[in-house]
Order: sequence, then structure tokens, then C-alpha cells
Amino acid sequence: MTAFFQSLGMTYEWAWFTSTIAGILLIALPLMLAVAMIIYVDRKIWAAMALRKGPNVVGPFGLLQSFADGLKVFLQETIIPSAANKGLFLLAPIITFTVALLAWAVIPFNSGAVLADINVGLLYILAVSSLGVYGVVISGWASNSKYPFFSAMRAAAQMISYEVSIGFTLVCVVLWAGTFNMNGIVLAQQGHGLGFVNGFFFNPLLFPMWVVFLISALAETARAPFDLTEAESELVAGYQTEYSSMSFALFWLGEYANVLLMCTLNAVLFFGGWLPPVEWSLLYYVPGWLWLFIKIFFFFFVFSWIKATVPRFRYDQLMRLGWKIFLPLSLLFVVLISGWLMLTRYGV
Amino acid sequence: MIQTLAFYLFAAMVIASAALTILARNPVHSVMWLISSFFNAAGLMIIIGAEFIAMLLVIVYVGAVAVLFLFIVMMLNIDFAELRAGFMKNFPVGIAIALVLLAELVLGIGAYRAGALELGVPDGSAAPILGASNIENIGALMYGRYLFLFETAGLILLVAMIGAIVLTHREQRAPRGHQNIAKQIARQPEDAIVNTKPEVGKGVQL
Repeated sequence: MTAFFQSLGMTYEWAWFTSTIAGILLIALPLMLAVAMIIYVDRKIWAAMALRKGPNVVGPFGLLQSFADGLKVFLQETIIPSAANKGLFLLAPIITFTVALLAWAVIPFNSGAVLADINVGLLYILAVSSLGVYGVVISGWASNSKYPFFSAMRAAAQMISYEVSIGFTLVCVVLWAGTFNMNGIVLAQQGHGLGFVNGFFFNPLLFPMWVVFLISALAETARAPFDLTEAESELVAGYQTEYSSMSFALFWLGEYANVLLMCTLNAVLFFGGWLPPVEWSLLYYVPGWLWLFIKIFFFFFVFSWIKATVPRFRYDQLMRLGWKIFLPLSLLFVVLISGWLMLTRYGV
Repeated sequence: MIQTLAFYLFAAMVIASAALTILARNPVHSVMWLISSFFNAAGLMIIIGAEFIAMLLVIVYVGAVAVLFLFIVMMLNIDFAELRAGFMKNFPVGIAIALVLLAELVLGIGAYRAGALELGVPDGSAAPILGASNIENIGALMYGRYLFLFETAGLILLVAMIGAIVLTHREQRAPRGHQNIAKQIARQPEDAIVNTKPEVGKGVQL
């Protein structure tokens, strides 16, 4: 895109600057639209599994429901509790929302269609996703209220625990792909399974890591069955209890943007990203971003499905799963995979 | 131009955040400024082209260490008026530490001005691999030239970890709260549910 702006008579610096801003808008604005629609989809799937109709009044098939909700919270009054720490109370939803948008900078939407094609793409995602916990922890503390505080404590422990196993599953992927670059990881999956299946999930050594990653992603985004941070039977609404209007909406949007990001990571790291599912020249006529969107949507459906069917974990079960099962398992697979690669690819 | 601008922005932010870390009256604010300082230091690392170290700085310090700081500070609910009561008592010690740090700083700059120190004979074995990325260079150094030092560092961390576990470990005396997870998972609906048809007026013996 820089070349296009240069052809309009800009110097290289200005063209780079303009094209980066344009790229950010090109990703962030459709992402916001996608988040609004995905909230609608989530509610529809959840309703269908509970034999209800779900939102069906606003717009055709209720499609405009999320926008109506957005308008409603926009017009509401922002209430700040008098005992709250005002600055941090308002900062927390901003952190959640911003961090949820940041990680999209390195997601490849098509061959070469990535805002920042950096060498350490996957590390960047790990770094940004480790920041997500601050929004929750700060909101819980700044609210100066019991339930949000409990929720913040739970969230901090939960996110740190599952980040460890996510880190190790990512190490497995990086070992096999041989690069941290997101596009490089996608390309490494081309014809990975028997020469025609695109995706690391087909690999018997990486498939268990995908399962671990999927479950850890649920825990990391605090989705059901790991939504203990906002368990309504115990904690009212968790860390969001004291929030209203736009500050609440920012939490909401950030949360769903994070869920979409985790679905995207599933697709990019284990299911071939923008590559078609199998290596067949006809399938390459379908644009790459469409394949990616189909995969993201599939994973989002899985997330909603799990939300609608699986009961909530107990907190000690959650901690046990993270530390006593996933951590040793993923460590074992890091050793197994590096051993296998030394044996077959790099030689002893 | 833009590099200079970015450098001064990040450098000013690091120093301002570090100053606010010790000046903030609220300990939670203090940790927040510390996080901001870590973050801007990562920005400085990116400017000199050390993107791997920058990312690790964010992952390790911001993402893990500072979260634990925040966690502890929030849990302890420190009363700062009480802490400041001991200010005059600890003032001489603080001044002494500050003087030592200042002397080291001056000595360091003076030594640098006098000419950089030659550490051993440069034999080229630590030279960066041209055309390779940050990660490959660091990996080649760590697992090649500095392998034993690297593994020693790992062993020291392992010892520290085991020490921390030993210090906090307590033998479980009271069985209260202990759960047999395997038993819970192995439980089937057939074991837990009984279908009975009690006669009218009679109860059920469970």
C-alpha cells in the first residue's frame, strides 16, 4: 500500500505513515462491525441450542440487535461510584479494549495482507495477550467493591495459569514452523498432512497441543465453562459490576474481540490460516481471506457451542487442569517435538 | 528524524514513569507507573533493533512479574501513612544507598569516557551472524558459546524454585477440603441416581 501512496506523489515517509493509518482503519473498523455481528451470532446460537428464538425484533432477523444495544449504552449515563478510584476506574475498560485491538496488527489475512509483518509476530501476540489481565485486575481494584475485587483476583490467577500452557503450545508450533513470523507459520502448514492437508492439526504430535490450546483459549478469554470471573451465581457480574454505559460497552467489545482473536489464532496456527483446507488448485480461486473467515467462524461456533452446553468449572478444578495437566503435558510435548525434529529434520 | 523523536519520547516516558513510581502516594499507582516504565523501556529496545528482547521484556516483566506485584499490593492493602511514619528513621540508609548508586553511575560514565573495556581477546566467535534474525543470533550465542553459563543460570533458577516450594510447603494434616479428583471424574450417573417408586404414604430409604 505504501507504493500506492507514493504514486500519488508523497515522499516515502509520508506514504508509509498514511498507508499504516489506512491499514489500521481497514482492520479496526471491520473488526468492530464483526464484533457487533458476532455478539448477535453468539446469542442466536445460544438461543437455538436452548430452543429459543433469540434476538428477532430489531431489523430483519434481529440483525440490528447489537447496534440497538450499542445505541442504548451510548445514551446511558456513566456512573462512577463515589468510593472508586476515578482515574483507574476509567482507565481499565480503555486498557481492555485497546489491548484487544492491538494483537490484530500481526494477523495475516491473506498472503502478504498483514499490517505489521514482523519477525517476532507470535511473541508479539503473546506479549499483547499477557496485557489483557490488567484491564480486569485494575477494574476490580478501582471499583472499591467486594465482588469485583474477588473477580479480579480470580481473573489474575486464571489468566496467568493458562498463559503458561498457551506459551508452551505456541513454542511447539514455532518449533515445527521454524519461524516466529505469522505468515511464515501459515506457509509452513502448506501440504503439511500427507502432502495435501493444509494445517498443523493433522500432525499427530501437534494435534494434542491444538486441543490444549483450544481449551486454554477458552480459559484465557474467560468464556464458559471457565467464566468464573463473572460467575453470576457467586459474583453478580464480576469485575463489570460497577460499570455502566460506554465503559461497560468497552469491556464487552474488548471481550468479544479477544474471543475472535483466539478463534483466529486457532485458525492461523493449527488450521492453515488463509490457505484452503486441502491442497487443490481449484480451491485457490477462493480468496484467502474468505478461507480465514470461514475458519474463524467455525471456531466461533465451537466456542458458542461449548458455552451453550458445558456447565461451569469449579475454581479448584480450573487450577488443577491448568497447572497439573496442561503444563506437564505441554512441556512433555515441547521435549517430544524438539526431539523428533532433531531426529528427522536437523540431524544429530 | 522519527527515530530521534521516538527515542526522546520513550526515554522521557521511562524517566518520568520511574520518578512517578517512587513519588506516587498510592502503592497501586506506583505499580502502574512501574509497568509504564517497563513498557517504554521495551519501546527503547525496539528502536535499537532488539525486538526479541523487547517482546521478552513485555512478556516477562509486564505480563508476569508486574501482575504479581499488583496482585500482592492489592491484597496487602498497604496503609501508606503508616509506612511514611518510619521515613525519618530510614532516611540515612536511603541517602547512603542513593550515594552509592550515584558514585557507581559517575564511575561508570568516567570509565566509559576513559575508553571502553576490552573483555578478553575478540576472536570473532561472538560476532553476530549477518542476515540472520535477532532470535537466531541470540539462540546461536546462548546455546553455543555461552551454553554452560546459560545452563548454570537455569540450574540456579531451579534451585530457587525448589527452595521457594520447600519453604511454603506444609504437610496436609487435616483432610478437610481434600478432594479425590480421580474419584470425582470416575463417577457415573448410574452410581449417583436411584430410580424408586415408593408406595403412597411411605418414604424412601437411601
